[in-house]
Parts: sequence; C-alpha cells; structure tokens
Amino acid sequence: MQPETPRNLDQEIRPPVTHIGIIGWIRENLFDGWLNTLLTLLIVYFLSRVIPPLFRWMFIDSVWVGSPQECRQATGACWSIITANLRFILFGFYPYNQQWRPLAAMLMLFGLLSLSRDRNRWSKRLGYAWLFGLLAMGFLMKGGFFGLSEVESSKWGGLPLTLLLSVFGLTAAYPLGILLALGRRSKMPMIKALCVVYIELIRGVPLISLLFMGSIIFPLFLPEGITINKILRAQVAIILFTAAYIAEVVRGGLQGMSRGQYEAAESIGLNYYLTMRLVILPQALKIVIPPTVSILISAFKDTSLVVIIALFDLLKTTQSVLSNPEWMGFSKEAYIFIALLYFLGCFSMANYSRKLEKELSIGR
Amino acid sequence: MNQSSRTPEGRNPEKEVMIEIVGMHKWFGEFHVLKGIDLTVEKRERIVICGPSGSGKSTLIRCINRLEEHQRGKIVMDGIELINNLKNIERVRQEVGMVFQHFNLFPHLDILDNLTLGPIWVRKTPKKEAEDLAMHVLEKVHIAEQARKYPGQLSGGQQQRVAIARSLCMNPKVMLFDEPTSALDPEMIKEVLDVMIELAREGMTMIVVTHEMGFAKSVAHRVLFMDYGQIVEENTPDEFFKNPRYERTKLFLSQILH
Ligand SMILES: Nc1ncnc2c1ncn2[C@@H]1O[C@H](COP(=O)(O)OP(=O)(O)OP(=O)(O)O)[C@@H](O)[C@H]1O
Ligand SMILES: [Mg+2]
Repeated sequence: MQPETPRNLDQEIRPPVTHIGIIGWIRENLFDGWLNTLLTLLIVYFLSRVIPPLFRWMFIDSVWVGSPQECRQATGACWSIITANLRFILFGFYPYNQQWRPLAAMLMLFGLLSLSRDRNRWSKRLGYAWLFGLLAMGFLMKGGFFGLSEVESSKWGGLPLTLLLSVFGLTAAYPLGILLALGRRSKMPMIKALCVVYIELIRGVPLISLLFMGSIIFPLFLPEGITINKILRAQVAIILFTAAYIAEVVRGGLQGMSRGQYEAAESIGLNYYLTMRLVILPQALKIVIPPTVSILISAFKDTSLVVIIALFDLLKTTQSVLSNPEWMGFSKEAYIFIALLYFLGCFSMANYSRKLEKELSIGR
Repeated sequence: MNQSSRTPEGRNPEKEVMIEIVGMHKWFGEFHVLKGIDLTVEKRERIVICGPSGSGKSTLIRCINRLEEHQRGKIVMDGIELINNLKNIERVRQEVGMVFQHFNLFPHLDILDNLTLGPIWVRKTPKKEAEDLAMHVLEKVHIAEQARKYPGQLSGGQQQRVAIARSLCMNPKVMLFDEPTSALDPEMIKEVLDVMIELAREGMTMIVVTHEMGFAKSVAHRVLFMDYGQIVEENTPDEFFKNPRYERTKLFLSQILH
C-alpha cells in the first residue's frame, strides 16, 4: 500500500483469484456449467485429432521446392506446384521477360492503398497521386512507348487482372450506387422510374448472365468495325451489377435519416446538393458501412466469374496449371493458395471497414 | 376574422413590415390545416403563438420558411414573395432562422462545424472568419467551452442553445421557434429561455410557438391564439391573459395555467 492512498481505497477488496486473471477467464468462459464444460472437452478432443496431422501435412512432410516426381513420393503437401508455377499463376500469359511491369503496377497499387488507409492523409494531392498512379499502371501494363513493347490486353491475366477488375469495379460501383439510391428517392418521377427499373432489372439477373450478355450479345448491337475490349466489357458488367446492390443498401441508410435533418439543413439555406453531400450522405453512408462492405467483398470474389468468358484471372491461371499433366492431382495445394490470396484481400477490406467505423463513431 | 388591418396598440404604425401573410390557406391532401391566415409582423416585433395541439401552429411557422408549401394566399418575407421559385426560397431561408423542438443538430459534426456549415457553404465566408463568428455566437449562448464536442455529448438545454447559435450564425433577420423548450427537462428550460430573452433584447424579430406563458408575458409584443387552423384571438400579453375575449381562449388558458 502506498502511503498517500485515500482511506476509502483501503477498504476496497480485491476479487477472489478464481474470478480474475487467466484462471478466472477460463472458469467463466470454458467451464461455466456442465454443458459448457462438455462442449469445451469435445472441442479440445476434436482439435487434438485434426490439428497435428494437418500441421504435419502442411509443414513437415511437405515439399516446398521440387519436381512433380518428388512430390508424388512425399506424403505431405506439394507446395512446389505453387513455387514452380508462381509466375504463371500470378501473371498468366503476360510475356515472361516483361512480367516486372505488372509486378511494378501492383506494387504501385498496394503503395497507394496503404497510403490511403489513414483518412488524415486524404487530400487533393493524394487524389492526384491516384489519378497519376492509375494512368501509370495502365501505361506500364499496356506499353508501346519509351521502348516498352506493347502487350495486348488479351494477354493480361492472373492477379493483376483480378485486381484491375475489382479495384475499378468497386470504386466505380460505389458512387454509381449512391447516385442510383438518390435517384430512386427523387421527387422527379422520370428519374425515379428509371432508377427503379434499372435496379430491379439488374438485381433480377445473375452476374454470369450479365457477363455473357456483355461478351456475346452486346457486340451484336455495335456498328461493324467497332469492337470493345473484352476486359472492359467484363468490367462494365461488374460495375453495373455491383452498383445496383450498393444502391439498395444506401437507400436503406437514407431511409434511416430523420426528416429533422433535412429540415435543419434546408433551414440554414443549404440546397439539395449540399444537404446531401454535407448532412445526409455522411450519416447515411456511415450507418450502412457493414452491409456495403459485405457487397464489396462479395463483388471482389465474384470477379472470378469472368473465367466463363475466357478471361484468365487468378482462378483461371491456377486451373490452367492444374490441367498440366505434370502437376495434375495437386489441386488441394493450388486452391489453398488462391483461397489464401482471396482471403487476404477480403480480410483487409473487412478490417479496414471496422477501423473506419470506429474512427467515424467518435462523439456518438 | 380578418385582422390584417389592425394595428395593435403601442406600436408605431410607420415601422417597416417584415413578414406579411394575406389570406393564406394550406391543405395536407384533403385536410384543411390553415384556413385563411392574415398576419403582419413588423421589424423587431416579437410574437408568441399558442393554441391547442393540432391547431396548426407548427404548420404556420413552417410555411414562413417554406418547409411547407401553402396553396392559396400569399406570404411576403422582407419584400420577397414566397412562390415556387428556388432562388426566392433559398434567399428567404437564408434570412429566416428556425429552431426546432428536437434541436436537429447534425450529429456527425462537432459543435463548431455545426455552426460554420451554413456560413461557409451558403454565405461563402472564409473558414477562419466563419469560425471566429461561430465562437463569438457560442459565447453569446454561454457555451463556447463546448465548441469541440459533438451534439450527442451535450445536454438537451445545451443542444438547443447550440441550435439557436447555428441559426444566428447565418445572421438572420427573423427567428422562428417551434416549441423550443417542450422537449427539455424543467431545469434546462430556463437556460434556453434566457438566451431567447437576450436575443429579444437585441431587437431580433421573433415568432415563437410556445406555451411558456411567463416568457410570453415578459417578451412578446403580441400573443396569438390559434385553433382549428385559424388565428382566433390576438392581443397584447397583458390583455390576452387578463381578459381573453373568446370562450375557446379562456378554456385553453385555464387548462395550461393549471
Ligand atoms: N405532413 C403532414 N401531413 C398530413 N397532416 C399533417 C402533417 N403535418 C401536420 N399535419 C396535421 O396538421 C394539423 C396541424 O399540425 P401542426 O403540427 O401544425 O399542429 P400544432 O399546432 O403544431 O400542434 P402541436 O402543439 O401538437 O405541435 C394536425 O392535425 C396534424 O395532424
Ligand atoms: Mg407543433
């Protein structure tokens, strides 16, 4: 006891040891009642049966670098399917000796993303950095200048393609979805009808059929001689599809706003545009962060559907490796690897949204 | 019922007119809410409106800054007629401050940002200047030390004073109050009324819907009594409370005074 401790603190009694610390936690959470105790024991038994063999398969008996033959003799995982084919899985048919270009583009993208994580850094300059960065990435990929050989977009594939489809898909779908949600609540009947029809039509159709429509039917309507790049068509389909779902989520947020907020904004003279931008949307969008991020995450994963129109995204390049007779049969390892990549993408989105929610909830 | 030509005693007939409402009707769908309102408010005049629930008090003052649209008659605000013209409506809203029963502060902005939103975006005041103005007004409503808090962190009385300050930052010519104290706990009512009394002392033109009869007596030039969408009676506070002329007014006063 320190001498200056106030008297009333002297009388405070520490809780019994069995209620605090690790022992307390274990008692309270794992062995609290017979049902809980039974469940805990069952789960411990189950884990003890599953974890060690899995660990052995993944890390001890596994082959990290080696030929397919070595793999077939080993009893563990054959990670060498990844290490031996990594560049094809990541970059697809992009010319082998030029693959530093998509790599550089991806690094730029990750750099920009991590710079933008902190909202305090959001500024005009960062906006320009993005604009410049995206252009630079496009030039890097496409080439055809400064001595860089031109690479047709039909050769683009793997992770850069997946990232391209999702980054543009999500960033374009979000504002479009907001506009659609505002349109659906508009007092102007034509705009409202247009938005309702759009949203309901798109939501009534699976993404796969939109992708097919984009790649097969849409070109039929174009005048002869004009072709639109296949990636662009898939991109547009993804944007249009995702925007419809975002719109409905945002509309839910808008409906949650009280009339008083609109009236207060109007009564200090804000017009419709400013009312939305400064008062309504910041609140409504914040409320709907969790469902919005769900949509963005599923849109990210849905980009893998572009395999059906023969684009070589990450999933398709992996499958191509598996169809190579040498590596046939190691699909477990390959799918675990790309599952991991997708998980990293989705998890960082979920993580970011939680961080954002926390930051935005100050003072409430 | 037509009282537009009456000049209540004690006021100089040469004073300028601030708000003129002539033969104004308002319907909600089929429902006739306001049935021929005639009201002239002069500059620096302070009016208290009372009346039973559903009589149309809120609707009347909401028509004055066009939160509701009237269907017949006219409303002229400082020379600008309120018609279906976005420019006019925006100009009127900039000149009329409104304080709501439920404060309606913007919960995602801190107090200072609540106050500077209008000046910066509507009046195009530079940020620094707007913040100086906001701090000055916050001092006037005795709440400057809370400038960086969020509305959710303040008590009801403090929030309502912030709401008043937010309107004042737009430098309005008229302030409308719709039952500003009726959502407050009794101990907070006084702090809000005190701010309103100070405002009155400075010569603000005010229309206040309230049942705070003490406030009406000490501040109002005229008290209006509304019932069934009409202004039934209007008089100076003294006369209004001492000698109500109509049965309905007497009944109402006997109800709220006990
Ligand atoms: N948006 C609306 N749509 C339809 N009817 C409405 C609407 N707003 C108000 N009313 C009706 O109009 C009448 C007058 O309402 P108003 O809010 O002006 O009354 P009030 O005198 O302010 O009453 P209170 O003292 O309860 O606030 C009421 O009968 C109310 O039900
Ligand atoms: Mg009311």
